[in-house]
Order: sequence, then structure tokens, then C-alpha cells
Amino acid sequence: MAVCIAVIAKENYPLYIRSTPTENELRFHYMVHTSLDVVDEKISAMGKALVDQRELYLGLLYPTEDYKVYGYVTNSKVKFVMVVDSSNTALRDNEIRSMFRKLHNSYTDVMCNPFYNPGDRIQSSGSVSLSRAFDNMVTSMMIQVC
Amino acid sequence: MMSKNDGEIRFGNPTELHGTKVQIPYLTTEKNSFKRMDDEDKQQETQSPTMSPLASPPSSPPHYQRVSLSHGYSKLRSSAEQMHPAPYEARQPLVQPEGSSSGGPGTKPLRHQASLIRSFSVERELQDNSSYPDEPWRITEEQREYYVNQFRSLQPDPSSFISGSVAKNFFTKSKLSIPELSYIWELSDADCDGALTLPEFCAAFHLIVARKNGYPLPEGLPPTLQPEYLQAAFPKPKWDCQLFDSYSESLPANQQPRDLNRMEKTSVKDMADLPVPTQDVTSDDKQALKSTINEALSKDVSEDPATSKDSNSLKARPRSRSYSSTSIEEAMKRGEDPPTPPPRPQKTHSRASSLDLNKVFQPSVPATKSGLLPPPPALPPRPCPSQSEQVSEAELLPQLSRAPSQAAESSPAKKDVPYSQPPSKPIRRKFRPENQATENQEPSTAASGPASAATMKPHPTVQKQSSKQKKAIQTAIRKNKEANAVLARLNSELQQQLKEVHQERIALENQLEQLRPVTVL
Repeated sequence: MAVCIAVIAKENYPLYIRSTPTENELRFHYMVHTSLDVVDEKISAMGKALVDQRELYLGLLYPTEDYKVYGYVTNSKVKFVMVVDSSNTALRDNEIRSMFRKLHNSYTDVMCNPFYNPGDRIQSSGSVSLSRAFDNMVTSMMIQVC
Repeated sequence: MMSKNDGEIRFGNPTELHGTKVQIPYLTTEKNSFKRMDDEDKQQETQSPTMSPLASPPSSPPHYQRVSLSHGYSKLRSSAEQMHPAPYEARQPLVQPEGSSSGGPGTKPLRHQASLIRSFSVERELQDNSSYPDEPWRITEEQREYYVNQFRSLQPDPSSFISGSVAKNFFTKSKLSIPELSYIWELSDADCDGALTLPEFCAAFHLIVARKNGYPLPEGLPPTLQPEYLQAAFPKPKWDCQLFDSYSESLPANQQPRDLNRMEKTSVKDMADLPVPTQDVTSDDKQALKSTINEALSKDVSEDPATSKDSNSLKARPRSRSYSSTSIEEAMKRGEDPPTPPPRPQKTHSRASSLDLNKVFQPSVPATKSGLLPPPPALPPRPCPSQSEQVSEAELLPQLSRAPSQAAESSPAKKDVPYSQPPSKPIRRKFRPENQATENQEPSTAASGPASAATMKPHPTVQKQSSKQKKAIQTAIRKNKEANAVLARLNSELQQQLKEVHQERIALENQLEQLRPVTVL
């Protein structure tokens, strides 16, 4: 279960960021922001290699004392960043991969909606959400806060 | 009269009381109090209608403006109360003319007038929710007709899709807010493919109509708006059939049985026409061809709306496939019971395969049981057709040997086969004597009848089928090659651009270095 999930556009601005409500929500935002550097580093590590050769799942970007940050990049340079609690040792790599895959699927569904302009924030505004399915999917992946 | 207004009131707010005499002011206040949608738009609409009750509201969507043509409308007006001018200024410009028939759910007089209105103009059907008072989400026949006509105006082929952008432009005319339209799209585009088939379009249109009439959007797609329900409830109108028959490549949007019939016809024709292929397919023709057919079919099965609608939750992405697969599979599955399908890798969100295809192939497994293993479209990887032939033969042989055995056993055989691709030739040799041995022992069970491909009887038919499958595969291969060529061209162009950019970068770096000593002192 993730603690924070963020979708970042190609130009490195956030399309969607959501964290389980704790007191330090800004901290997660900061972590996601710093992880972007690592993501860029991993992307550029391929050098002149073709994009197809690059795997979408980037794996563990960097671990901190309390949290681990995982990254995933789509072919259109949209990044998904997931922050996971370090104490949650039961979470294996495969599970993280599947979570990213689900994220990617939901994101593509949002994209398919012609009323969604690429580059817009994926909002959940008021009663009518722009991406209710996406929200629900993310909620299901986040930690259940008692 | 009061009932009509009641209907209108109810339309806007179901909790409202009925027969009160304070109707006109009540209505206006009621409606003005509903600020669910863009108020500015609504206000524009409210002002214009009051000026000319008989004329269609200019600000309403263009397709709604056909209302102005409804002269019968004026008749209605005469019969309608004079209160109607007041109700006009609603956020329901569509409702006004209805006045009488406005989807006031549940009052009989409304229905009468609804029937009157129906006879006058098609557009009035938009408001005709009164037939099913407790189910505003149910589409009536007239509404359905109207939606279908609108669909045709956007997309002449009723069994094809409306693309996202076209639908977006169309629905934007309804003046709902973008988030709401987006939500409606989310609800109605069940397979999330960015395009609307006819049932999806009807559902979306109906939701928009309902929303405009004041119903809050549902949390989920109501059961009466599900695509399968819509397909089943409203059989295709006559004009569809002719278009339907004429289409060989477009996806059938409705009624899979009809598709199957048509496709069976075409498939039978193809089978008769195909010459026996000259490729290296020997006695395993039948299985090879069937496997190749299934392969081609799998490639062909695109986001078959019929199948995808049937499994509402599926996300069928591939569009480049024809629907012809379903007919063959259906035909093949008739005489055989489906064994357990082999496990297929989950290709989420890939255009090569989808859950649709998994379902599609499950019926075809019986065919494979007779000796074919239909490789899933995305796998196994087939570097070249020749190799695939050998592989398929290898796969077929284990199938043959196990055909007489039970279905359960055949499925493990299929599972084993993909793994045995590298040692294809040894397996083949190994299985040949087995085949011959089993041939003698094979009981001619119905299920294994065709499976006993070693026997000569099914050969002629098998050859026909196999040749047809071969042809299908060849066409598929050709298409893929073309696609590959296009992509390769694109790739080379992009590579050139990349090189240029690199060179620019190098030039800039050189400049930078030259400038650096100047700055550093």
C-alpha cells in the first residue's frame, strides 16, 4: 500500500498527487519533487538507445529512512512516482510493478476521455469528478488510514 | 394542466409537491434555484425562450433547434397552458415545448400529451421520459430513434465508432460543463476506448438529456443504459441490416449472432475459394491452418464492440482486427466441448491482446483440442512465418497425440507446447510415431473426430479450412509488414532528427568551451 502517489507530466509538473493524510503532506510533495531528478537520471542513462529498449518500470529510485520511492515512466515521458512506507516489508517488487501497471491503465483511461486535455490536472473536483475511476483506483492502492 | 406542471416540477426536483396552484411562480423559482450547470449558459437560454415560446431556443444545441420545425408544436402550445412561457425559462429549454410532455415522470395526462407530441416532432422524444415514470434512465423507442439518427448524422456507418473528438464537439453543443461531460463520457464509454459505439452513444446522449432535464448524474451507469442491455432491448432497425451486410471489415456494433451468421457466410466462402497453400504444411494442414486462422483472427479481433460490450468491464484496445474470428470460433466450437483454456499471459493495456481475446479464444480452444493450439496474438513471438509454421506443426503434433485423450490432458499439452518451441523438430519426429500409434487406437469420438487429423477424411475439408486460414494469415502478415514499414520509416526519420539535434548540441558545447576561458580569469 502506497503512502503517496503522484503523476507527473512530461514537463515535470504534477498532474495528480495524493497522499494519505498525515501531518507532513508537504514532505511527500518534496520527496516526489526530488525523486524527479533521479527519474531523469535513469531515463538519460540509456543515452542514445531507443526508447523501446528502456523499461517502463524504474524500480526503487531511492530509499530514505522511513520511506522508499519507486518510479515508472511511460513512453510519453509521463512519470508515476510512488512513495511506500519502509516498514511495509511485505511489499514485493512484483506488487509494486502491478500497482504501476494499474496506474498506467487508469491513466490511459483518463486519457481516452476526449474531454480530458492532455496536460490538464487530473482533478476530482466537487461532486462531478473528472476522473472518478482514476481516483477510486488510487484510493484502493493507498494505505487505509484508520 | 396541473399535472404537467407537476411533471415539470418533479422533473426538476422529485421531492417537490404535486398539484399546487402556485405553479408558475413556483416553477420559475424552482428552476432558477437549480444551479447545477453553467449558470451563464442557462441564463442565456432562459432569456431567449421567453421571447418566443414557439420558436426554438436559439442558444440550445443546433440539433435541438429542429424543434422550430415542429408546427405540431404550436398545436401543443395552444393546447398547453399559458403557464408554459414561465416554465420556459428553465435551465430546461428542451423541456419547455414539451411542457405537456416534459419528462414529467409518472403522470398519465403527461403520457397522453407525450404521445401527441411524439407524433409531431422527433426531437420531442428527448423529453419523453414519461413512459417509465420510475426509470428516467430507460430509453424509449422514440428517444432511441432520435439518438440513432443523431448517430447517423455523425457517423454514417451505424456499426462503427464515433471518434472521441467528433463526439466531444457534438456533446459540447449541449452546453453542459466540461467536467460533467467528462463524467458522462466516463460512464458511457464502457470499454474506455476513446470512441463511442451506437449503444454507448445512446447511453451518453441519454445521460446528457437527463442531466439537462435536471436529473443528477448517477454514480454508475444504470443497468438500463448498459450497452448489452441496449443492444438486447433495441434490436437493430431495418436500415442497419443492409449496411451491416455490406460491411466486411467494420466492427459490428450490435447483435453478435447476426455478426456470426454473416461472418460464417464469408468464412465459408473464403474457405471454398482458397486454393490449397503451397507452403510446407503437410498432413497437419488442418491444425496448422486452424492455428494460423486463429492467429490471424486473434490479430483480427479488434475491439469488437459486441464482445466488449458483452463483457462490460473489458478494456479491448486492439482495433486493427476484424471480427471474422468470432464466426469461425463459434462454428468450430459447436461440435466440441470447451476444455480448460491454456493460461495466457496478462497483457494489460496492450493492443495486441486483451481480455476480449482471452474470452474469444476460449471457445476456440475446442478447435484446438482437435489438434490446434491457437497462439495468442501477442505471443508466442513469431519472428518469421516459416518458423511459425514449424512451430505450429510442432504444436499440432502434441495436440494430435493427445486428442484422443481427455480434454484436461489436452490443455496441459497446449501448455507444454509453447515451451517446446525450440525443440520443435525433435518433438515432431518424436510424435510422429506416436501419432501413427495413436491413430490406430483412436476412438472416433465426436470431440476427437476432427482431431484425428491423421485420418484422411477430414483432410479435404481441413485443407480448405487451412488454406483459408493461411490466406487470412498471409493478409495479416502483409498488413503487419506494411505497418512495420511505416514504423521503420518513421523511426528512421526520428533517428535523423535525433542526429541533427545531437550535432547541434555538440556545436553548442564547443561554443561554450570556447567562451569559457574568456569568462574564467
